[in-house]
Amino acid sequence: MIKIENLYKSFDGLEVLRGVNLEVGKGRILALIGKSGCGKSVLLKHVAGLMKPDKGRVLVDGHDMCCLRGRDLFTLRNRLGFLFQSGALFDSMSIFDNVAFPLREKTKLRANEITDRVMNELEQVGLLGAEEKFPSQLSGGMVKRAAMARALAGDPEIMLFDEPTTGLDPLTGQTILDLIDSCHRRLKFTGIMVTHEVPKIFEVVDAVAMIDKGEILLEGTAEEILKSENSTVKAFVTGGRPRDIE
Amino acid sequence: MDLVRKLGESAIKALFRLGRMGIFLAKAFAFSVTPPVKLSLLIKQIQFIGFQSISVIFLTGAFTGMVLGYQGFNTLSRFGSDAFLGPMVGLSLIKEMGPVISALMVTGRAGSSITAEIGIMRISEQIDALELMGLNPYRYLIVPRLLAAIVCLPLLTAIFDVIGIFGGYLIGVKMLGLSSGVYFGEMVSYVEMGDILEGLIKSLNFGVIIAWVCCFKGFHTGFYTGFGAEGVSKATTQAVVLSSVLILVWDYFLTSTRIFL
Repeated sequence: MIKIENLYKSFDGLEVLRGVNLEVGKGRILALIGKSGCGKSVLLKHVAGLMKPDKGRVLVDGHDMCCLRGRDLFTLRNRLGFLFQSGALFDSMSIFDNVAFPLREKTKLRANEITDRVMNELEQVGLLGAEEKFPSQLSGGMVKRAAMARALAGDPEIMLFDEPTTGLDPLTGQTILDLIDSCHRRLKFTGIMVTHEVPKIFEVVDAVAMIDKGEILLEGTAEEILKSENSTVKAFVTGGRPRDIE
Repeated sequence: MDLVRKLGESAIKALFRLGRMGIFLAKAFAFSVTPPVKLSLLIKQIQFIGFQSISVIFLTGAFTGMVLGYQGFNTLSRFGSDAFLGPMVGLSLIKEMGPVISALMVTGRAGSSITAEIGIMRISEQIDALELMGLNPYRYLIVPRLLAAIVCLPLLTAIFDVIGIFGGYLIGVKMLGLSSGVYFGEMVSYVEMGDILEGLIKSLNFGVIIAWVCCFKGFHTGFYTGFGAEGVSKATTQAVVLSSVLILVWDYFLTSTRIFL
């Protein structure tokens, strides 16, 4: 479903991605882990077509995201949901309007159908009663859940999560992960999740890839990651220093 | 050699940015003339750029007219031509000061706000979110503001002109004793329809400049100015300065070449 081939990207001479290769099968979720600033979010934005690579390809369902333009790109993006690290809710709109916005603009649903759908999505993420509030009136966890409701409102086939639990307390973080898990079971989307939440995340995802210095250091199942002898992987999973582990 | 290389690099960068601005404007116009135009957003922007600017236009128009009344009367009296105060105030306002000062006021009041709002949407990834929904950010953010500026600037200029003329009347007729009939009579004789159209066409041009520059700077916040609050603040300052300078330069260009006029 998603295939990344030999992807290179640099900013002002600084190489962020150096020949990344990755594949995510249909209906599976891949966790992308790695140190802050190692290029995880940049990789995710390439998959969404928000960035163009210097070299390499990102194939989503066979379509090269780097070459898609105009209507073709918009059509593909209609099948995609993206949960931003900050939520990226429209701050001039209420939570209800935020979730209803893509439905109003992209579908021919009637007002009462949109209302039913939005209320259903808000119920799924536990935000019933908060629909009239504005993003600035919500806590970090509520913003993430509202953003999740908005991303899921269009029944996406592909979901991209950019650090969905960063900045949240452990309990709220776990709630978000449980929510992602239940939504995945319900909608069967293909997903990539950029995260630091190891080993918590291992229960939710099917595969894990660790990115280091712009390259994929290790890719495998959660079990393989946990058993890895690589000092950087071990240090990341246990929270220790690579040298201590060596 | 180093200096030559640096100069060349700067020139290429400047050309690249100019090209990007040109493409941005071309896209904005292309989406403005192809459906769907978001009518509710357009009305909201007309309310923001136009209606909410009326008070500042009213004030600046009145005081500009009053100053013109004083200065004009004092200058014309030296030549015994104070009867021409009406045409002087009218022509100055209608052809030059009305369009230019209105545009500068709208740049300060609405233009800065446009850049800041779009800039914050850029750095908080709201524009990315819009794109990822498969929606065109030009149609939602740029086109309504461009069309609203095109509609509002000539109207605001017309209000500025009328208020300014009455400001001049207040000083020339009510305070300095010129006859009301002379003030308006001479104005009607000397101000032609072409003069009024010239001012309105100028203001329409300035509307495009304000929306173009302010939207571009907001939309590209982070690319040239750095992200974060500092990036938005820099983008806003750049937008106001560049719009104001372009308005004055374009005004000179329009006046001297009489293109569009």
